Amino acid sequence: MAFVPPKETYSGKVYSVTIGTGSNEGTFGGENVLPFHSFEGLTPNSPIIAYEIQDVPPNDWPGTVQKPYKDVSNDPVSWAKFCQETLKARALALRLIGTHPDRENRSPEDAAKTVRDVLSAIDMPLIILGSNHAEKDASVLVAAAEAAKDKNCIIGKAQEANYKTIVAAAMANNLKLIAMSELDINLAKQLNILITQMGFDKKRLITDPMCSALGYGLEYTYSVMERIRLAALTQNDMTMQPPMIGDIGMYVWKVKETQAGETDVPQWGSAEERGIIWEAVTATALLLAGVELLIMRHPNAINALEKVIEELV
Amino acid sequence: MLIIGEKLSIIARRVREAMMKRDKGPIQEIAVSQWKAGAGMIDANVGPAEDGGEELMQWMVTTIQEVVPLPLCLDTTNYGAIEAGLKIHNNQWGRPLINSTSNDPERFAMLELAAKYNSKVIGLTVGKGGLPADAEERAAIAAEIMARAAEYGVPLEDLYLDPLVLQIATSQDHALKVIKAIKMFQELNDPPMKTVVGLSNVSNGCPKHLRPILNNFYLSLLMYEGLTAAIADPHEAAPTAKTIDVILGRTLYAHSYLEM
Repeated sequence: MAFVPPKETYSGKVYSVTIGTGSNEGTFGGENVLPFHSFEGLTPNSPIIAYEIQDVPPNDWPGTVQKPYKDVSNDPVSWAKFCQETLKARALALRLIGTHPDRENRSPEDAAKTVRDVLSAIDMPLIILGSNHAEKDASVLVAAAEAAKDKNCIIGKAQEANYKTIVAAAMANNLKLIAMSELDINLAKQLNILITQMGFDKKRLITDPMCSALGYGLEYTYSVMERIRLAALTQNDMTMQPPMIGDIGMYVWKVKETQAGETDVPQWGSAEERGIIWEAVTATALLLAGVELLIMRHPNAINALEKVIEELV
Repeated sequence: MLIIGEKLSIIARRVREAMMKRDKGPIQEIAVSQWKAGAGMIDANVGPAEDGGEELMQWMVTTIQEVVPLPLCLDTTNYGAIEAGLKIHNNQWGRPLINSTSNDPERFAMLELAAKYNSKVIGLTVGKGGLPADAEERAAIAAEIMARAAEYGVPLEDLYLDPLVLQIATSQDHALKVIKAIKMFQELNDPPMKTVVGLSNVSNGCPKHLRPILNNFYLSLLMYEGLTAAIADPHEAAPTAKTIDVILGRTLYAHSYLEM
């Protein structure tokens, strides 16, 4: 008798979210099965990877990941164009890290101008990220949201401490929203509830359960993401059905294994290769845990992930 | 767990008067309030409805479904009134539930209707011979109703077995027998049979202030044994149902879980 693989049926479904406008929009989510279980049900969309750029030169990034952008990264607009034209990016993530009070402390108005400039230079979906300073983000993201009005961007991240202002700005400007909580599935659910109780449509929400790099708590992120997805699919928990985002590059490129030079640890081999592998392996793990939208830095790591996705779907 | 809102019953004076006068206002207000409180289905109890039952049931179904996007539990012994309700029930919100058949041959016609209209149906585990003595007798009757359902072409997953909750004030020993029956019913099939109770009957005849206490604690014990649905007051039972679902791990906890 021929082998018939056992199939699970699920009661829930992940919402599909479309970002961008016109012919260059992208859609992720929409599946009613665990990641890549296309033999069990619907997997209408593949995960999308966004290239990360920032509003100020990436002096805080390790040299190995600064290198691919060295000729363009002093200006966010040329950086964005480079990602679009040379790297053929499907989506872009603009991190307004320069607004952080401990960094350049750029003003909300400056941030809004950067958003406008980048938006007019590109023709692909944009994710707009604050500096993760809860207080500053509340003013920066409001200005950024106005600059991106009706462009169908994602804005974030709304956290417990500042969600009210950011949710209102996302609603007023017709944007999608990232809700971030710190590696706690119950708080992730709670934040999604609070946001939808403000009248924000749950189908416009993206959950960020917070990322971590391989070797630095990746298994916690993996487990929280997996449980979020199981609650969405097996318990039909509507508060857990928004797709998930993995903000990967930011966590990967600050750990010892991507920072340490070859003279300090010659036994670890090529620093560049090591960093790329670290980012690709971290991202692959989270892909299997259920992320539908990834933010990454190194073009070679992104290319490797595109291949992984292509083989899995 | 599914709460079937019990408040639209002809036994209540306000509901009865509204039914007689065909006054939509109070019916719709009660229906909406039960939906908002967490009911997943609304019971429409028109009593024996011997005169004009068909028209009354159709009026109830339309009146309720005009304002509430839920399926209904059609509750009457009048076969014609059930059929009239099934004909116009809006299945867009879910399939209806017939309340009820039993092991009494006079009630088998309800199974025929369930098959004909693709409706779910409650099987009350009583026969012609009166009340069941214990859990074992309830399970034996349940098995007979299951055989009958199969005969009439009603899928077993559409049958909700009801062990018949009795009043604790007069039949205290049955409280535990019903809990045991809920456990036994599920073992009669794989996947487990679905179960339902008329919850508030446990506290019928008790002082008013005791009723919610008895109803809610009884509901938690029944849910622990795997109860699928309860005909109950959602305002009173929803917090218990949601909390037990959290404790049993069927719902993910969040601080606002009661508001969902």
